[in-house]
Amino acid sequence: MNNFNHYYDSETTRQVISVIVINEHNVLSRIVGLFSARGYNIDSLTVAPMTGSKYSRMTIVTTGSKRVIDQIVKQLNKLIPVLKVNEHQNVIEKETVLIKIPIEQPLSDIEVIARAYNGHIQNVTHDAIVISATDAPSRIANFTNIMNKYKPLEVVKSGVVAMER
Amino acid sequence: MRITGAKMVTESLKEEGVDVVFGYPGGAIMNVYDEIYKQSFFQHILTRHEQAAIHAAEGFAKSTGKVGVAIVTSGPGFTNAVTGLADAYMDSVPMVVISGQVPTTIIGTDGFQEIDAVGISRPCTKHNYLVNDIKDLPRIIKEAFHIAATGRPGPVHIDIPKDITAEVANFEYPKEVDIPTYKPTVNYNKRQLKKAMGAIAKSKKPLLYVGGGAILANCAYEIREFAKMTNIPVVETLMARGVMGDDNELFMGMLGMHGEFAANMAAHDTDCIISLGARFDDRVTGRLDEFAKKAKVIHVDVDPTSIGKLVDTNYPIVGDLKVTVEGMIEAAKDMQFNEYTNWVSLLRDYKEKEPLRYQDSDSVIKPQWAIERVGQILGENAIISTDVGQHQMWTAQFYPFSFPRQWNTSGGLGTMGFGLPGAMGVARGNPDKVSINFTGDGSILMNIQELMTCVEYNLPVINIILNNNYLGMVRQWQTLFYENRLSETDLSAQPDFKKLVEAFGGVGYRVSTKKEFEEALKDAVEKKKPAMIDVIVARDEIVLPMVPNGHALNEMTLLGDSNE
Ligand SMILES: Cc1ncc(C[n+]2csc(CCOP(=O)(O)OP(=O)(O)O)c2C)c(N)n1
Repeated sequence: MNNFNHYYDSETTRQVISVIVINEHNVLSRIVGLFSARGYNIDSLTVAPMTGSKYSRMTIVTTGSKRVIDQIVKQLNKLIPVLKVNEHQNVIEKETVLIKIPIEQPLSDIEVIARAYNGHIQNVTHDAIVISATDAPSRIANFTNIMNKYKPLEVVKSGVVAMER
Repeated sequence: MRITGAKMVTESLKEEGVDVVFGYPGGAIMNVYDEIYKQSFFQHILTRHEQAAIHAAEGFAKSTGKVGVAIVTSGPGFTNAVTGLADAYMDSVPMVVISGQVPTTIIGTDGFQEIDAVGISRPCTKHNYLVNDIKDLPRIIKEAFHIAATGRPGPVHIDIPKDITAEVANFEYPKEVDIPTYKPTVNYNKRQLKKAMGAIAKSKKPLLYVGGGAILANCAYEIREFAKMTNIPVVETLMARGVMGDDNELFMGMLGMHGEFAANMAAHDTDCIISLGARFDDRVTGRLDEFAKKAKVIHVDVDPTSIGKLVDTNYPIVGDLKVTVEGMIEAAKDMQFNEYTNWVSLLRDYKEKEPLRYQDSDSVIKPQWAIERVGQILGENAIISTDVGQHQMWTAQFYPFSFPRQWNTSGGLGTMGFGLPGAMGVARGNPDKVSINFTGDGSILMNIQELMTCVEYNLPVINIILNNNYLGMVRQWQTLFYENRLSETDLSAQPDFKKLVEAFGGVGYRVSTKKEFEEALKDAVEKKKPAMIDVIVARDEIVLPMVPNGHALNEMTLLGDSNE
């Protein structure tokens, strides 16, 4: 028997999707427009040209029910400039954060914590230091949280990049 | 051959075999219009509004199956066209729309008549292009026609800056398209089809649920054949009217909000629903979790995004509908099906006991009567367009459709103002048929200026205004769901429609008896001129049956005392 009730299923999952697109006018707005027009979430989005080709790769992190994710993938596939859409199952994900902290904070503590998260000091000026870390998104979230207690002046995060294992 | 971008446009249209273009000139597109003046391959029809140019191209495309073409200028010319684009997109009409744009050097400076046209058309086109380099122009036009007509068809928009139409470059029209990222599925998955056929054979109450995709894919006659060989009953959506032919024994009617009792009960009771080019639109399904609740779902569509969007599908089949139905016919030849005789006769019983009907009257013309009467008089000699409202639903219900592409309406977007220009495109594409537009006293005023186009190009559209002095459909909802508070739906203030059409140079009639109506229709058909018959109809008539919003299909309001 049919189970239309799935329509009302609201359990959400997080999904990493990579999209290979032709580099052409409008293509980024086409992708973003698809998400906004249909009310889908974009948690993060990164884009860069693929070396040596006329294509770019976008990595999109999104959340939604199974039906929504399914539709996102189908709708992306339907766009004319889209070559390939991958719904990643088993991926290495990396995200980068840059954090600027006032110089009067305990720098040695900060450095020790940063190292625990594969991070290090990028720059020091007379009033602030900048540390960076690149790691899995959940670890970057933890790291950012911990760093909050050192009164950061600025926090900048990249989107996620991902690669199948 | 070195030619200008403007000439590339006309040469490309020639290569595509285009024989009519609807449009409206302006500054940014003037180079193209200068070339249009010089060529003699296609006719250009000057509409009186850009929205109408798009609707006319739609009516032309829907009724002939060819790609419709329209040309507009930048800025306001383009924004006027947007409603048409959205309309064509919702109904998957194959179409190419070319707009002029300010020169590339001005783009982004808020120049005179500049608008981000591709930004606006993105959500209402299948694809769009801003031409940045004249070298790309021939390829883009070739791709546009290909994309518009293949897969799930749709409108494609090309925005061309003025300096590019002036520039000169080498022209060679590509023979083939090569878009590595666009390969619509044609062939269905054989194993999946076999499984689906197995499910049909096992079912006791199968139902073919046919949508507008059946018309776009030109497979009405294949569907008739499949139904006949398997004895499976058929229901149609609004957009599929004409697929089965209304006198077909297996046809149980249109389903949905204003569908027939038998059709809606069929969808409610079926144990295996076979969706062919339909998309489970909310106006069709009623309350979704109650729709075809007992059924296994087989969903065939060329567009994978239509499958599983609203309902879970047991047997999804992505493929060209014609190819797939041909595959179903082949497969059915070596299969044993149940008889379905009881099921078919149960539905036929419903159809007889609860047919579409209305209370006729001798003192006043009932709108349903007028539609039925046109059907009796013109039948398959007419192609029928409508505007949007009660008259549209009554036409879908009461006109006896007999062939695909006989029905031209704005289904997905529901655009008032579609009818007259749409019927104009029909008239241009089908000179051997009578082009009728059933319209309302509200809708007709939304593109009334097109009477001028009809007169200028002698496009003999017969507009039949079912004049109830109301925005009838909205009034119906106010009556039923807003305790009869008729907020802004009274249209007592009206022009003299007869004089109005005469002022444009057409023929006008105002009728209020059946006899007058028949005479006017006969006269208009004979005169073969653009005409408008203003029919004074019963004011308070309501479209029934009706499935109220949020209700299941078997919870219909049938013809009751509310229609008296
Ligand atoms: C452009 C546009 N504006 C508003 C509506 C909402 N609307 C739907 S039906 C309707 C009333 C139509 O009235 P009329 O054309 O007189 O037809 P009737 O329902 O009386 O047959 C309106 C206002 C619409 N569909 N399209």
